[in-house]
Amino acid sequence: MGGMLLPMVIAFPLAGSIILLLSAGEMPRRATQLIGPGSVGLSALCALFLASSFLSDPPVSGSFHVVLWHWLTLPGFAAQIALSLDQLSLVMMLVVSCIGFLILVYAAAYMDDDADICRFFAYMTLFVASMLLLVLASDLLALYVGWEGVGLCSYLLVGFWYGELNNALAARKAFVVTRIGDALLFVGLTLIATDVGTLDIPTVLHTIHAGPQTTLGCLLLLGGAMAKSAQVPFQTWLPDAMAGPTPVSALIHAATMVTAGVYMIARLHDLFLASPFTMVACAIVGTVTLLLAAGSALTQTDIKRVLAYSTMSQLGYMYLALGCGSWQGAIFHLVTHAFFKALLFMGAGAVILRMHHEQDMFRMGGLKADMPGVFYAFLAGSVALAGLPLISAGYFSKELILSNAWNLSPLLWFGALSGAFMTALYTFRCVFLTFFGTARGHAHGHTGLAMAIPMSILAVLAIFGGYMQTPAEIGGINMFANLLSPVFGPMREVGGTGLLLIGSLVPIIGVALAWTIWKPRDAVPAPANHPVQQVMRANWGFDAIYNWLLVHPYFTLGALNRRDGLDRISDGITWVMHGGSQVLARMQSGQVRRYAGWIAAGTVIALCLAI
Amino acid sequence: MIALPCLVIVPLVGGLLAWIGGRKWPGTRVPWIASLATLCVMTAVLLDVTIRAIGRPGPWLAHFSAPWIPSLGITLRADMDGLSLVLLWLTGVLSFICVLLASRDETQRPGLFQFLLLTTISGVNGVFIATDLFLFLFFWELMLVPMYILIVLWGHEAREAAAIKFFLYTQGGGLLMMLSILGLVLLHYRHTGVLTFDYFALAGTAMSGRASILLMLGFFIAFAVKLPVVPLHVWLPDTHTQAPTAGSVLLAGILLKTGGYGLIRFVVLLFPDATAQITPLAMVLGVVGILYGAWLSLVQTDLKRLIAYSSVSHLGFVLLGVFSGSTLGIEGAVMQMVAHGLSTGALFAIAGSLQDNLHTRDMRRMGGLWGVLPHLSATGLFFAFASLGLPGMANFVGEFLVLLAVWHVSPVIAVLGAFGLVLSAVYSLTMVGRVFMGTRSSDAPRLPDFGFRQMTVFGLTMAVVVLLGLYPRPVLDLVHPTRPDVVSVLSQSAGGNGPG
Repeated sequence: MGGMLLPMVIAFPLAGSIILLLSAGEMPRRATQLIGPGSVGLSALCALFLASSFLSDPPVSGSFHVVLWHWLTLPGFAAQIALSLDQLSLVMMLVVSCIGFLILVYAAAYMDDDADICRFFAYMTLFVASMLLLVLASDLLALYVGWEGVGLCSYLLVGFWYGELNNALAARKAFVVTRIGDALLFVGLTLIATDVGTLDIPTVLHTIHAGPQTTLGCLLLLGGAMAKSAQVPFQTWLPDAMAGPTPVSALIHAATMVTAGVYMIARLHDLFLASPFTMVACAIVGTVTLLLAAGSALTQTDIKRVLAYSTMSQLGYMYLALGCGSWQGAIFHLVTHAFFKALLFMGAGAVILRMHHEQDMFRMGGLKADMPGVFYAFLAGSVALAGLPLISAGYFSKELILSNAWNLSPLLWFGALSGAFMTALYTFRCVFLTFFGTARGHAHGHTGLAMAIPMSILAVLAIFGGYMQTPAEIGGINMFANLLSPVFGPMREVGGTGLLLIGSLVPIIGVALAWTIWKPRDAVPAPANHPVQQVMRANWGFDAIYNWLLVHPYFTLGALNRRDGLDRISDGITWVMHGGSQVLARMQSGQVRRYAGWIAAGTVIALCLAI
Repeated sequence: MIALPCLVIVPLVGGLLAWIGGRKWPGTRVPWIASLATLCVMTAVLLDVTIRAIGRPGPWLAHFSAPWIPSLGITLRADMDGLSLVLLWLTGVLSFICVLLASRDETQRPGLFQFLLLTTISGVNGVFIATDLFLFLFFWELMLVPMYILIVLWGHEAREAAAIKFFLYTQGGGLLMMLSILGLVLLHYRHTGVLTFDYFALAGTAMSGRASILLMLGFFIAFAVKLPVVPLHVWLPDTHTQAPTAGSVLLAGILLKTGGYGLIRFVVLLFPDATAQITPLAMVLGVVGILYGAWLSLVQTDLKRLIAYSSVSHLGFVLLGVFSGSTLGIEGAVMQMVAHGLSTGALFAIAGSLQDNLHTRDMRRMGGLWGVLPHLSATGLFFAFASLGLPGMANFVGEFLVLLAVWHVSPVIAVLGAFGLVLSAVYSLTMVGRVFMGTRSSDAPRLPDFGFRQMTVFGLTMAVVVLLGLYPRPVLDLVHPTRPDVVSVLSQSAGGNGPG
């Protein structure tokens, strides 16, 4: 049964995409709105059915495995396109298909008045198909196909409104920066393929042995994952990627694609365990990113950019968890983050739509009265993002990560704790600026059911979704960890009540501080413009440094050599030949006297030589 | 088997008919129809060859031999193995693209145009099957001259300089190759007393290391010019830019592949020891080509020049694969040739169509075309992504296999080559951004988008690119390049003189 149904999970959205692409924009609007979310809905149904049959009757081998076809069979290397469903890919499959479905339903309303809605849904469904391939692939090469496929869709969707040159530039930047990571991943895969002779994941994991080769391979894979997840120093593309329509940000740049790296590392965790150095590097990268991104989020004025930086920061938590070896913690945070960040983007999208594409929080304000429904949904997401104790999903997943970080190093724990404080601060700065105080702009229209229902579902999940996995002090529910234990092994018990208390208090203090700073006042709030804050707002100057160090030299030197210096050598030869022929031609003057002179001179020289 | 010579004769005869037709019924589409019919017949012959080849024990799948100049040991000998078969099919497919898209609306002396086009194709087919070195040289020249005339007569603003450059570079390489062939033949004659140009006989020639390197270099430089290898690439951007669209498609799609084919057949397989000695040099040249081509591609403002430099970059992978010294690498190189032929051929066809409509190749004067030409833009986007090596498309298979093979030889070169994947994304997406995205002035004239005919041709090409990317085995299984010491079973049973 699983063998039949597993490919269908991918086939439905793929078929939807192909139908929409082939219709070349001629598909009626209603049909598009049906095919787009519908195909993903069917995929989600298949996924749910598969999940229930997998859990009620687990396969003996531990996973459903389907070999679709043999991609390559060569001496020294073989690869196949194969899918496999175990507990980890099950969780990811459900996240991608179900949350994807909710976002696509929302998008059907969001993009309702866009002339190019057909193209939009073609790309979105193609994205879902690629992402599902990525999480279900049992061969790293097939995973890589999905990996680049989601990158392609990200490019197409960031640049969806192609009329703006800036969107085209943002799309190119997103693709090229992640492509650098892809090249690292590609080299890593080549290394593994050379070592093992195949990229079949179980085989690769069985044949690993600690050594410099493995460490190098792990570092390369980590580099690829970091670029996809916008971790320092590859983080520059994500804020610009907000140029795409907001449902795109919700689906691709919050819930799914950016978490692909986290998934890949968790999938290959046995490999990473063989390289302690990479693990430490991963934890440090995560901590640095979560702090830098939280700092940037504190100073943004654009509501989507706040969310973009917060995504980066939350992904930093996941990398920290991976580095600590808390695979369950990383995946748990991935799931809860998908709930609340998708919700926050949807809320932001609803605000932006009703404010006529205004994204500056300093021109909003007081929206609580105009759109109470959106406010409560956004608040639910914010509570979860800030990780307020007990009433949010984010609290439980963040606690799990904090306690694991303490276990590895108190320094990392302190970094993550400071990050949690800043998270609460910037999240509620955004809430207070957008929804409280006096109105500085006008909201129009109303938010329809197609947008409200997905938001309500996600709001419930953002609040209560964390009760899948709670610390021993709060019930000790271990549903999530137990589900994943066949993949990751049993979860270590770490942390203590003291840590839990500190971790619970910090977000509350953060929210309180946010209230004292950004509570509604008579004066119109203005963004702070201290030079330090400007640097923070501009992503700590990473973009400027890269432009100065890499982009400008590459373009400028290239422009200097536009006419190809090597070609000038060939021109030089032509010039010499031409000049030479001119000189020789001058000798043929037609004057007999001169010829006689030459003959005489030649004779004299010949005689001299002879003597 | 008479089918092999038919592959050469059919386009030649068809071309003559098209020329006569063009003179007899001027102002009509007769030459074009004759051309199309010729290609159909050629494809039928190719299909026949393929079907017969399926059951063969291999590795040589077809053979033809007839005496030509016995006193000099020159025969009309042709053999086909899987490598030839794949490249013959590539030629067939691209010829269709060329004729269906680029040469249909040629109004200026259409008969001659079709004749030259078909003659070039005939020469290319000959190059891919000839196993007599004299015959090979003959075909090598046969595909050069008509292309030269095509550029001179139908090219763009600076066509004459470009055509002369093309001619001199290729001819210079051809001259070196001729010297090498003569040297090899004489060496063989001195050792055995037998005067022959036969590829299989010459393969066993005993020679000193120095002699073999010298002879090999003659072949290598000729093919390196054609492939092209940096720094011998300088003829290519000018030629591609100035050639008429059909010429660019043929040049990029097939003519460059004769260089890769030659490297495999006449350098690696004929001089294995000498090849091993220049492998480091060739590897470095390959990776320099990848990076240098990608770098210069980015800064071009002329659309066709951009695509031309991207070719230099892509074909660097072919050089790497061929010299990686493994079957894996050669299979990757051939896959890369096929993929590059299809994707770059299509890109040139698109660029040509844009030039016909906009009367410029300058990308600074384009932009925002997606809104006016959605079909053309979507096609362009597809092939841009194919050419940057998106997995799931044929180009990725080629690049992956090549880098995998190179990794065994030199990880450093492989890493640098992989960096080329980043640079290819930069120039491809810059091209897409400049041409298709952005804003277009509202008073710009309306443009005709791709219609049914173009979309069918491009759609089929896309299907092939994706199919080969997802299921490359049919091609890879065929392309086990056959060593010359494996003499054709067919030629033995046919006594070297089989009429077919």
